Amino acid sequence: MINTMECAVDAQSLISISLMKIHNSRTQRGGIKLHKNLLVSYVLRNARQVYIKEKYAEIYRMQQYEEVMTVCNEIQQLNPLELDAEDADDEEQARAACCGEDVSLCGSACHRDAAHTRTASALPGCSHLEYDGKEPEPSFYRSCCMEASPVSECDQFSANGRAHCNKTTVLDLDTHVVTTVENGYLHQDCCCDALQCGQGAQSPAKKRKVEFACCVSDVEELSDFTAARKRVKREDCSYTHPDYTDTSNISNLISIFGSGFSGLLSRQTDLEQICSKQVLASLGAWTRAIVAF
Amino acid sequence: LESDKQIMKMNNDVWSITDIISTVEFNHTGELLATGDKGGRVVIFQREPESKTEPFSQGEYNVYSTFQSHEPEFDYLKSLEIEEKINKIRWLPQQNAAHFLLSTNDKTIKLWKVSERDKRPEGYNLKDEEGRIKDISTVTSLQVPVLKPMDLMVEVSPRRVFANAHTYHVNSISVNSDYETYMSADDLRINLWHLDITDRSFNIVDIKPANMEDLTEVITAAEFHPHHCNLFVYSSSKGTLRLCDMREAALCDKHSKLFEEPEDPSARSFFSEIISSVSDVKFSHSGRYLLTRDYLTAKVWDLNMESKPLETYQVHDYLRSKLCSLYENDCIFDKFECAWNGSDSVIMTGAYNNFFRMFDRNTKRDVTLEASRESSKPRAVLKPRRVCAAGGKRRKDDISVDSLDFTKKILHTAWHPNENIIAIAATNNLYIFQDKLNSEMH
Repeated sequence: MINTMECAVDAQSLISISLMKIHNSRTQRGGIKLHKNLLVSYVLRNARQVYIKEKYAEIYRMQQYEEVMTVCNEIQQLNPLELDAEDADDEEQARAACCGEDVSLCGSACHRDAAHTRTASALPGCSHLEYDGKEPEPSFYRSCCMEASPVSECDQFSANGRAHCNKTTVLDLDTHVVTTVENGYLHQDCCCDALQCGQGAQSPAKKRKVEFACCVSDVEELSDFTAARKRVKREDCSYTHPDYTDTSNISNLISIFGSGFSGLLSRQTDLEQICSKQVLASLGAWTRAIVAF
Repeated sequence: LESDKQIMKMNNDVWSITDIISTVEFNHTGELLATGDKGGRVVIFQREPESKTEPFSQGEYNVYSTFQSHEPEFDYLKSLEIEEKINKIRWLPQQNAAHFLLSTNDKTIKLWKVSERDKRPEGYNLKDEEGRIKDISTVTSLQVPVLKPMDLMVEVSPRRVFANAHTYHVNSISVNSDYETYMSADDLRINLWHLDITDRSFNIVDIKPANMEDLTEVITAAEFHPHHCNLFVYSSSKGTLRLCDMREAALCDKHSKLFEEPEDPSARSFFSEIISSVSDVKFSHSGRYLLTRDYLTAKVWDLNMESKPLETYQVHDYLRSKLCSLYENDCIFDKFECAWNGSDSVIMTGAYNNFFRMFDRNTKRDVTLEASRESSKPRAVLKPRRVCAAGGKRRKDDISVDSLDFTKKILHTAWHPNENIIAIAATNNLYIFQDKLNSEMH
C-alpha cells in the first residue's frame, strides 16, 4: 500500500513528470541511462497503481450517489418531457447485457445492494493489476471528447447520464443537448462515451488494454472520462471554481432533489441559500429544467 | 576536527561543467591522490614530504601531474555519443618506481603509467645538446653519455586500453588483491580482465534478462574483497548485495551470499524503489564488513549476517518528506559514495549544501561538516553544522532544510588509507582536510 500522504503532487502529475523524464533521456548526451530509466519506470508503476485505486474509490463513491440519483430519476419520470420509465428499464437491460453481468454497475434501486457488493469485490481484484510494461498506455490520456457521438443517442440517456458523468451534467430542455459544465469548460456530448456502453458496445471498450478487462466496460468509460476530467481540471486550474467540484454542495443538491420533486419549487430559496452563487450559475440549466415543468 | 585545509582550485573562478570532479581516489600509501573530472582529465596530487624543520607539520598536497585520460567518442553504429567523464579511478599497488592507475569512462578502461624523470643523458656522440645531428667529421673522440640531473618531469603514458567489452555504462572498476586481474562492471554485466591482456575479458556476472521488458534491477557498484582474490561483491538497484565466489563457478550469476534488508511495508511511497537503490559499496579494510550507501542512509553489513545490516546511519533523513521535489529536480538520482577510515572505525559520506557526514561506529557520535571556502580559513577548526526542520527551533549557524542548496552536492569523498586526511570533491573544487591533533588512526 503506497503512502501518498507525503507526496506533494498527485499520482497523475507524477505520471506526466515521469514520462517527461523518459522522453528527455532519449536526447541526453551519453545515451539512455538504463539505471535512471528503470527507477523512473518504478515511479510510473507506483503512480499508476495509486491512480487506478483512486479512480476505483471515486467510482465507488459515485455508486453512492447513484442510489440517490435513481430516486431522482423516478421523480423525473413525472416530467412528461423527460424519459419515461420504460426507456429507463430498457437502458438498464441493455447496459447489463453489455457488461455481461447480472447487475449493472449503475445499480437500480432494487439491485442496489448487490451492485455494491459486486463492486466492492471487483475493486480488490482490479487493484492487483500489475504493471506489465515500461511504457504507459497512451489511451490513458485519451480525451473522451475524441469520441463524437450522435446527439440523438445522448438524449435517451440523459437522465442517467447525469449519474454517470460529472454531477454537473445537464440537459437543456430547449435543444435537448446534453452538456457538461465543469470548471468553466463546456464539453458537449462529453458524457456520451460513458453512455455508449449502455448501447452495447462500442469501440472505446475494445481499445482498452487487458488491464481493465476484468472490470465492466462502463467502468472503463467512466475512468476514461474521469481521466479527461482530471486532466482538464489540472490544465485549467486557474479557472477552477472550487464549488464546482465541491462534493458537499452537490450532495446537498441531490438530497434536496431526492426529498421530493413537488417540494422543490417551494425550496428553491433554500437552494440559493445553501449553494454559492457560482454553483447556482452552473446549475442554471437545472433550474431551467425544473422551472419549465 | 582541527584541520589544516587546502583547497585545490582546479581552474580559476571561471569554470565550466567539464571541471566538475567525478571521482577521487588515494593510492595505497596515501602519497598520491587522483581526481577525474567530467572533461576526461585526471589530476594527480602528491603529498610533500614532512618538513624536517617542523616535525609536526605534515605535508601538503600539490599538483603532481595532469593528463587527458579520455576524449569524447562517437559510436557510429548506435549513433551515441560516449561521454569522456571519468567514472572511476583505481590505483594499482606500487611494485616499482612507477605508479599505475586505471581510469574508466562509460565504455573504455585505460591503464596509465605515471613515472618520474629527474635525470637525462647528456654527451651524445652523434647529436649535440639540442638534438641536432652532428657533422661526423667534427667528431674526434668518443664519449660515454652520462645521466645528469634535470628538473623533475612526470610522464604519464597509456599502457593498456581495454575497450569494446561493455554494452552498458561502466559504473565500477576494482583491482584484485592478486595484482594481476581486475574487474569492470556495467549496468548488467561484470567482466574480469588480466592487466596485461586487452583483447579479451571473461564475463563473470550477467543479469541481463532474455527479454529486456522483464528487467527489474541493474548492477550499481562492484568491488573485490581486499584479501580474498576469489571473492567480490556487487550491489543492485533493488538495494541488495551479492557476494560471489569465483571458485564456485565460471559464471557467478548465482551468489554465495545475498544481503538484503526486508522492506518496511508501511513505509512504501512512490519513491521506495529509488531510495533503496545502492549507489556505492565498499569493503572495510579488514574485509569483514561492507559499507553501502543509498539515497538517505549508509549501512554497515557484517559479511556473516545476510538478513539485515549491522548498523544503519541516517545521513539526511529530513529529506524524506521532500522526495517528491527531489524527484522533480532529479536530485533523487544523485549517487553518493561512501568511505571507511583506515581503521574501519569511522565512515564518511557526502550530502547536499556541501555538507559531508562522518559517523563514528564505536562512540555512535556523528558530525556534519561543510566544505566551503567561506566558512573556514586554513588552519581553522571545522565547525560542526546542523540541519533543522523547517520552522523548527534554530540555533545560530543552524540551517533550515528549505535553505539547503541542492546544487552543491558532495558525491565523492576519499579517506587516506592510514591517516586522518580526507579529500572532498565539491563540484569543481577539491578540499583536503587533515586532522593534525589526531593524525594517527585509532
